Amino acid sequence: MLHLILFLFFGAICVAGAVNLLAQSHPINSALSLIVVMASLAGEYLLLGAEFVAAIQVIVYAGAIMVLFLITIMLLNAGKEERTKDSRVAILIGVPGVMIGAVLVAWTLVGRSSTTNSVPIGALWGAPKDIARLLFRDFLLPFEVTSVLILIAIMGAVVLASKPEAIARPHHNPPPREERELVAVGKDH
Amino acid sequence: MTPNPYLWLIQLPPLAGAAINGFFGRRSSKQAITAIALIFSGAAFGLALFLAAIFSSASAPYYFDLAHWIRSGSFQVDFSFYLDQLSLVMLLVVTGVGFLIHIYSVGYMWEDDGYYRFMSYMNLFMFFMLTLVMAKNYLVMFIGWEGVGLASYLLIGFWFIKDSAASAGKKAFIVNRIGDFGFLIALFLMIKHFGSLDFTHVFAAVRTLPTETAGVGLLSAIGLLLMVGAAGKSAQIPLYVWLPDAMEGPTPVSALIHAATMVTAGVYMVARSSAIFERAPMAMMVVAIIGTLTALFAATIGIAQTDIKKVLAYSTVSQLGYMFMACGVGAFSAGIFHLMTHAFFKGLLFLAAGSVIHGIGGEQDMRKMGGLRVYMPVTFLTMSIATFTIAGFPPLAAYFSKDEILWKAYSSPNGSWVFWLVGVITAFITSFYMFRLWFLTFFGDYRGATAHDAHDPSRAGAPSTVAQGGSAPHGHGHGHGEPHESPWVMLGPLVILAILSFFGGWVGYHDHFQHFLAPVFQSGAAAELAHESGEAAGKGTEMLLMLISVTAAVLGFLLAWTLYLRRPQLPEHIATSLGELYQAVAHKYYIDELYAVLFVKPLIDGSTTILWHGVDQGVIDAAVNDSADAARHVSDNARHMQSGNLRSYAGWVAAGGAAVIAYMVWMGVTR
Amino acid sequence: MVPLSYYLVLSGILFVCGVLGFLIKRNIIAIFMSIELMLNGVNLSFVAFAAQWHALSGQVFVFFVMVVAAAEAAVGLAIIIAVYRTRETLNVDQVNLLKL
Repeated sequence: MLHLILFLFFGAICVAGAVNLLAQSHPINSALSLIVVMASLAGEYLLLGAEFVAAIQVIVYAGAIMVLFLITIMLLNAGKEERTKDSRVAILIGVPGVMIGAVLVAWTLVGRSSTTNSVPIGALWGAPKDIARLLFRDFLLPFEVTSVLILIAIMGAVVLASKPEAIARPHHNPPPREERELVAVGKDH
Repeated sequence: MTPNPYLWLIQLPPLAGAAINGFFGRRSSKQAITAIALIFSGAAFGLALFLAAIFSSASAPYYFDLAHWIRSGSFQVDFSFYLDQLSLVMLLVVTGVGFLIHIYSVGYMWEDDGYYRFMSYMNLFMFFMLTLVMAKNYLVMFIGWEGVGLASYLLIGFWFIKDSAASAGKKAFIVNRIGDFGFLIALFLMIKHFGSLDFTHVFAAVRTLPTETAGVGLLSAIGLLLMVGAAGKSAQIPLYVWLPDAMEGPTPVSALIHAATMVTAGVYMVARSSAIFERAPMAMMVVAIIGTLTALFAATIGIAQTDIKKVLAYSTVSQLGYMFMACGVGAFSAGIFHLMTHAFFKGLLFLAAGSVIHGIGGEQDMRKMGGLRVYMPVTFLTMSIATFTIAGFPPLAAYFSKDEILWKAYSSPNGSWVFWLVGVITAFITSFYMFRLWFLTFFGDYRGATAHDAHDPSRAGAPSTVAQGGSAPHGHGHGHGEPHESPWVMLGPLVILAILSFFGGWVGYHDHFQHFLAPVFQSGAAAELAHESGEAAGKGTEMLLMLISVTAAVLGFLLAWTLYLRRPQLPEHIATSLGELYQAVAHKYYIDELYAVLFVKPLIDGSTTILWHGVDQGVIDAAVNDSADAARHVSDNARHMQSGNLRSYAGWVAAGGAAVIAYMVWMGVTR
Repeated sequence: MVPLSYYLVLSGILFVCGVLGFLIKRNIIAIFMSIELMLNGVNLSFVAFAAQWHALSGQVFVFFVMVVAAAEAAVGLAIIIAVYRTRETLNVDQVNLLKL
């Protein structure tokens, strides 16, 4: 019972945050709504017994990625978004398509919902030790590959976001002012 | 049948000559071209003489299989050649007269720019004609048949820059093709019913069939279709219209192809197929009727023509009618006899006419000639011999052959006195128009444009008829001032042909010629025997008929003499008093106009409207263009998907995803 | 006990909201955030199934998804900054040079 109440509570906050993300016109408000969604998702994970994942959700997603979003929004000084010509295809075809897909999936799920999930509340069975065991033994290769991926992402982000001249001629620095004057004077002789 | 390896060698020299002159002639000297042309055609003639020398009736016929051609199941056709008495006669005529005309052409065409082309085409023609004559089966004969049609087209349209010459060449070829259609259907019938096209096989099979006296059967059909082909090639009704137009070609061409050899191919083919015709009396009757009608018809047109070559052209059509009449009444050897003598005198007539034209600087209208016997004595003498020959005066060549035909037309079991009567009337008309030509050209005063001051040109215009004829300008243009005799390179062949015209008929004396050809027409031997047994009784009749035909010839001479020498004003009076009738004859009975309205115009209109606009532009072009347009429209519309707009891409992805999910759900549900 | 399907429906709702945001929003950064929302929805689904079948590899996969999302966010935001520098706009409708 408590399980259900807690689930519905966190679920409602999730959905509210998601809808708010769509409704807001300023991206800052959308980002803050997204943080709310992520936090409530962490709660959902705890209800499912995944303590490590919940912790990571808060630390990495809400703490790092969303902060990155916020920094970028503030850096680019993005204002309220303007009303431009809508893409008719997106509205006329995409939205109905999504709704149809969602209805189909929901209908399938609800129709076949014979299994009941029995995760007792409080049974936190996703311990870091067990996850670490999996991560560093069975999934070692993906782990190493993702670390390379992050490295590449770092380099890519640095290159893409920096000023153009600083990358093109990294070593070319103009000589100090005195040297330039001395050279010019020297030429007069 | 004995094999003879020399048979196929005869055709090689002309082919080689044509190839050498054709490929290398443009940059060779005229002497080299002449040497090649004459040596190779002379070699063919020499080989023909050699074959004649070793020919013996006992071991005839000779044959030679050169190479395999078609082997398709049980049907087989090879490149095989054949020599029997009939082929030998044709061979000697073709190579002999052909060689003489080659020599003549050297003089006639010397100044022409296309000299090498002319010599090449002439050699090519000889090659194909020899193939036709020496073939052992109908298909090789057809090769020659088509080939001479091609050579004729090339030579008629030799001065192709001239519109009229090019059109004449086209007309000849197309009308010939209509005849070839009949020929081909006859060949198909033969293949279907006899399983072979080889002469020996076909005729052996034919001889086992009964004579079709009751109505039309297979042999009659084949015979009639062969006659259609022969009518096209040998200019009989209704496919004769190309021959007068063919006078656009140079005169040696008219002499060789349209007098001596190509037009006789139809007669040769009918004679060769005698076994078929003899068993189809209805077809023979049709052949005889066509021949007789054509003879009379063409002769009547000939009396009103003013172009010297056109007169001779219609005369050729008329004489060919005689040959077909002979074949139609069963006298095949008489037809071939007349073919041989005709080659001599008609070739001579054309060459002499060419000499006349050459001598007066290209003029072909007889109304502008006259009195030329003073200027061109040798030409006058030889042409006179030819004119008397064609009129049928004894003891010249055509007297024997024409008389033979008329006698057989009267007395043969298939003939009747109607044929004979028409033949005699035609002989009278022939004599008349030939002597008209003779008088207009060589007698009287010279009426030409380049007349000397001493010869009063004011007397022009009187003795000619007011008929219209086409005077195709002879592209020769000398402007010599005064009419002159031709060089000896042209006169030599004239003399030789004159000698042949004089003495050539004597081989028919005491039926020597007929007996020589008898083994070829062996089925006719029965008819001949029956005829000979009754001949003793008919000897008196034969003498009487001979007298009548000679009288007709003399009457024609007298009439022409009166109208064109004694009273030159008379023809004009007669022409105007006959009015419409005369106009019709002068306009060749408006046959060309009739054909144009009946066949040519509907064909051209149909082709333009239906085939060109309808099918070619409307269907084929439209299909291609419209499919290209459709592709362009489709891609034009599809390109709007690539708008560069991120959200529309996402929209499409969402829709596609929904479709996939729907499909998966449907698959899951229906399982 | 909460049936599994409830978690899946919630996950689906989050995913659909993410797609709708992608289609509706005009600000590039907002679109990016919709992508993150989609990823979160999927993560929830993974964890729910992991709990259902007691397979920890589901949670490990969530871990990897998060890592990739982080890398993608970093690079994507760098691209947005570069685009903003040249086009001076954050409106996705005006970044449409890749067209026929």
